[in-house]
Amino acid sequence: MIAKLLKNREILLVGAIAVLLALIALRFPGFVAPFNLARVYNDTSILIILALGQMAVILTRCIDLSMAANLALCGMVAAMLNAAFPGLPIPLIILAAMALGGLLGMINGTLVWKLDIPPIVVTLGTLTIYRGLIFLLTDGKWINAHEMSDAFKALPRLDLAGMPVLSWLSLLMIAVMFLVMSRTPIGRAFYAVGGHPHAAVYTGIDVGRTRFFAYCLSGTLAGLSGYLWVSRYAVAYVDIAAGFELDIIAACVIGGISIAGGIGSVAGAVLGALFLGVIKNALPVINISPFAQMAISGTVIIIAVAVNARAERRKGRVILRKAEAV
Amino acid sequence: MAHAQLSPRNIPDRLEGRGARLLRSWEALLIVVATVIFLGNSFASPYFLDPWNLSDATFNFTEKAMIAFAMALVIISGEIDLSVASIIALASTAMGYAVQLGVDTPVLVAIGLGVGLVCGAVNGLLITGLGLPSIVVTIGTMSLFRGLSFIILGDQAFTGYPESFAWFGQGYVWWVLSFEFTLFALLAVAYGVLLHKTNFGRAVYAIGNNQTAALFSGVRVARVKFTLFLLTGLMAGLASICLTSRLGSTRPSIALGWELEVVTMVVLGGVNILGGSGTIPGVVLAALIMGMVTFGFGLLNVPGIVMSIFIGLLLISVIALPILWRRARRRLAH
Repeated sequence: MIAKLLKNREILLVGAIAVLLALIALRFPGFVAPFNLARVYNDTSILIILALGQMAVILTRCIDLSMAANLALCGMVAAMLNAAFPGLPIPLIILAAMALGGLLGMINGTLVWKLDIPPIVVTLGTLTIYRGLIFLLTDGKWINAHEMSDAFKALPRLDLAGMPVLSWLSLLMIAVMFLVMSRTPIGRAFYAVGGHPHAAVYTGIDVGRTRFFAYCLSGTLAGLSGYLWVSRYAVAYVDIAAGFELDIIAACVIGGISIAGGIGSVAGAVLGALFLGVIKNALPVINISPFAQMAISGTVIIIAVAVNARAERRKGRVILRKAEAV
Repeated sequence: MAHAQLSPRNIPDRLEGRGARLLRSWEALLIVVATVIFLGNSFASPYFLDPWNLSDATFNFTEKAMIAFAMALVIISGEIDLSVASIIALASTAMGYAVQLGVDTPVLVAIGLGVGLVCGAVNGLLITGLGLPSIVVTIGTMSLFRGLSFIILGDQAFTGYPESFAWFGQGYVWWVLSFEFTLFALLAVAYGVLLHKTNFGRAVYAIGNNQTAALFSGVRVARVKFTLFLLTGLMAGLASICLTSRLGSTRPSIALGWELEVVTMVVLGGVNILGGSGTIPGVVLAALIMGMVTFGFGLLNVPGIVMSIFIGLLLISVIALPILWRRARRRLAH
């Protein structure tokens, strides 16, 4: 029973988060107060949304390194729309950001699907292109808080039944992704394509098209996050979320999503992001310099990968013991 | 990496003559691209062809290229090392720390190379010892190594390097021939020989093409891979010495984002990101191209970030064009 529980990554992660919270609570009981936990969740919301998109892509044996650049470009366009037409309704701006994000995702997906370029090369290329486009659009200028309309900035903060809209949005995305992954053909196709592409072909799944959809999904979620990021921090510039793509992948890896594809769950992605979020929010509280944050998250990633690899190792016929070890 | 490839690899047709093969090779394409950019640069600015300018232009790629050689081997073997830029930062921080203690140049060099080797060994042990995927391990060590630099340095900078140390980044071996460029040329030859003329090089290709088959044919897969990660670490240490010496100071954000540029350089050089194929001459050409693009745009006062659009487009199009070309030819043949 216990052995079985230990093999379940999600339960293991819940346990790890609980231990982490308990350790912090020993010295700072205020950290685990419901109000503060809600604040930590809210702070992690954007990472959660992004990790959900990345999860879909990684499940199909691809990777999306351009997510943060996509986010930055969509956020910038949303901010520019708002600055140029202050009267534009906010939902329209959000839709525009999501559509643009989806379009950028489609570009990635098309290159992977139609030209068969390895995903890591495609997204490495589009990462630099998307970031460069922001500069071309703005000439390197910032869009500051005073140029944005109040409604634009207020929406993610808006209190709805005790929680900010940002938190609600991430909960909504988790629910949507959960339904997509478990109740729709495309969700199952993500797993099938990543689990065994050849077998997926024989069951009538178009591998390329499935990957294309995964990229559209990650792009759309990045677009949404772009608006959320820019309105939450009330500033837009070329370098927002620089390097964040690695945080997103880290959240997925910690959440037990196999980089080799086919293994992972919505709960895992969410918990992985939350784990990083708790650490990030706890560091200043327990008086560890923010400079140590990178080193700590790096260590966490390595430990998480090591733990996952143990659970994930395929059991096959062992002909030569060393062959399995490499 | 574990990404599956559905289409068969492009196996060179051995029946073709040597000349025809060369003409159709990736390197030939790169030479054309390089020539076009070189001519474009010389028309774009009258100052480009000045020998001192050309010599300065080499600083745009030499340090990255040093790492790219080792990275090419790692990628050919089917792995990747994303931590190289962070190793640069950590090695530079260690050297800066040593300078504060009054250490002289030879020891500084030893520290730089030593830190690189240790970091490479950490990567190698995690990847070959525990059998973890290199892309995730090195994303982890990338944060870890740079994080350590941030812990040591905070928001400060280390300066005050001894004068003799400046030679590595600013010294000239002969007239306009800088030490860095000489090192680049020597390393290009060394890695060319290592990859194309030795058993070790054969083993690297074998592992990249089929790791299990390589193991069964007697290649010590784990040992070769460990050596490769040691090499990227060592090269990052070497690049760190050159870069630190050239800048004369250490900041924790030194060489930020270089890992992607190095990978871009290697892939642009025709190395298959999925492993198994690629050449050192290709990487040398890609380094020259990226250096010239950077320098040319600099002459035209184009900001760095716009240049990165061009490099991104170059990366995708250089890989997409041959595929489109092959497809168009096949369609015409039908």
